[in-house]
Amino acid sequence: MSLLVVNDLRVEFKTPEGNVVAVNDLNFSLDAAETLGIVGESGSGKSQTAFALMGLLAKNGIITGSAKFEDKEILNLPVKELNRIRAEKISMIFQDPMTSLNPYMKVGTQLMEVLLLHKGMSKAEAYAASVRMLDAVKIPEARKRMDMYPHEFSGGMRQRVMIAMALLCNPKLLIADEPTTALDVTVQAQIMTLLNELKRDFNTAIIMITHDLGVIAGLCDKVLVMYAGRTMEYGKVNDIFYRPSHPYTEGLLKAIPRLDSEGEVLATIPGNPPNLLRLPKGCPFQERCHRVSDICRTTAPELTGFHDGRLRACHWDWEEIEQGREA
Amino acid sequence: MSDKKLLLEVDALKVHFKIKSDKSWPWSPALNLKAVDGVSIKLYEGETLGVVGESGCGKSTFARAIIGLVPATDGTVVWLGQDLTKLPARELREKRKEIQMIFQDPLASLNPRMTIGDIIAEPLQTFYPELGKVEVMDRVKAIMMKVGLLPNLINRYPHEFSGGQCQRIGIARALILEPKMIICDEPVSALDVSIQAQVVNLLKELQTEMGLSLVFIAHDLSVVKHISDRVLVMYLGNAVELGTRKAIYSNPLHPYTKALMSAVPIPDPELERSKTIQILEGDLPSPINPPSGCVFRTRCPIAGPECAKTRPGITGNDDHAVSCLKVSV
Repeated sequence: MSLLVVNDLRVEFKTPEGNVVAVNDLNFSLDAAETLGIVGESGSGKSQTAFALMGLLAKNGIITGSAKFEDKEILNLPVKELNRIRAEKISMIFQDPMTSLNPYMKVGTQLMEVLLLHKGMSKAEAYAASVRMLDAVKIPEARKRMDMYPHEFSGGMRQRVMIAMALLCNPKLLIADEPTTALDVTVQAQIMTLLNELKRDFNTAIIMITHDLGVIAGLCDKVLVMYAGRTMEYGKVNDIFYRPSHPYTEGLLKAIPRLDSEGEVLATIPGNPPNLLRLPKGCPFQERCHRVSDICRTTAPELTGFHDGRLRACHWDWEEIEQGREA
Repeated sequence: MSDKKLLLEVDALKVHFKIKSDKSWPWSPALNLKAVDGVSIKLYEGETLGVVGESGCGKSTFARAIIGLVPATDGTVVWLGQDLTKLPARELREKRKEIQMIFQDPLASLNPRMTIGDIIAEPLQTFYPELGKVEVMDRVKAIMMKVGLLPNLINRYPHEFSGGQCQRIGIARALILEPKMIICDEPVSALDVSIQAQVVNLLKELQTEMGLSLVFIAHDLSVVKHISDRVLVMYLGNAVELGTRKAIYSNPLHPYTKALMSAVPIPDPELERSKTIQILEGDLPSPINPPSGCVFRTRCPIAGPECAKTRPGITGNDDHAVSCLKVSV
């Protein structure tokens, strides 16, 4: 049985200029100890997907579809029930570790609060458990650190504190929304190693939201590529990287400058991401696609399954892409 | 390399900031924050110098000190034979016709209440007030075409543009004076991957076309690899390694450069999972109280007792130089 099954998830925002569909008919599933990477550019709806699952959408957001966590629907739950699931079963790490910690509270107090509220521990127990967790995320001198304020920590340390806080109740699912984007590469490497160890030691399933394909390559088992709120393709990590089936994924992979290549001119995806308020008819990627044909301008491609559980939304023939690669 | 014209030579540039701590007494002496502590570079005409390093290593301060946006504490910045650090403000201002800058946050560096036509025209109006309106508009339109913006967008405001387009506006504003050198301070860090590639390619095209020299500051080593001829690696205000792109990327010598390279994730699952990452322990020390001797020794895997005593100077040749007691070119 899958830990999380998401079916036709749709997030819509009512804005004065009209309705914006930020996430459109998303489908995916996640097993225990598995890592799903959601990759896309800004405005592709990857963060809104996470917010929808956690019940953190802005007030003008409407969610439809279903997300079953351990066979129980978690979308549109009343806050009281959500609060029990959040932190105890599912927790989240945010992009900016400075703004997600309370600057007026000692780090120790913030950590202990989680345990006092959710686990009903005594203060002494909560203190001991918090110190243990800070140790687990490799914060040196954990006891001393408990009495310090967030501003006394460096960026990487704050993100460690956030991870420690997210793991205090031993959640089954951890949603990480761009956890390393604000960090330097050497610190990013530390955090990625830590996440890989947590996966192994705690059996935690992770949804990793990022725009960095390198991070995805190092951590994830499955990948969901999003563009303009829609799934472009979905599959195992090796399939996505070595045999991309969508022109957008292809373009994305070619557009990243790589440390291990000598290429002089970068391949680019021309144009800009579309405005979600004025999406073109048909495929949302058509204006930037080098394989665009007439049908793309009139009909949006359906998300269809093919080859070993992969999904793709593109009119271009898969066989032809495969042959093109071999040639 | 010697046949090329030397544009800029920075020698032992230091930028120190005096800071008062809240905890200190009002009469106690101010602390000295060493943001840049003795960095030297040479930039030749038509070349790109990439400056990499992590946040807080002083790479932005270094760039700002070159153009005079922060005062240099010590050292010289020689631009075409003239020391910019000694110039009076009025003459330094004249030099900015030749040295322009592109900033990191594309939207924040544009005035939201000016149309993009006015934004791009402003440097021209400042430095060449004698130019007529028609002439200015013609030049603005020409430069907009060059950076890939449609001239009919001239009366729009910055908020109507996406991040990538805003960065193009910033580039147009820097280019309109036809400078010899542009300092790019993290010009693509805030952009999406697909847009980043467009801007990097645009900068390279413009460089060949107009013979520009670039100082390209970024924390992303792969982007720097793509655009630079020479690369400077900085750590805690010090130059740790300097050399040609080939030397730095195929044969990194300094342990910090090595660690930095190994930490960059490669978008290839099998390579990424099989490579060994050299994790740097601990955090960046404070530039107010940097370690004695070599600044990197507290995190260095090969540091010995002598590293705490002697501060290494940067040694080597024009193609590759490194600042380490344990390794040499």
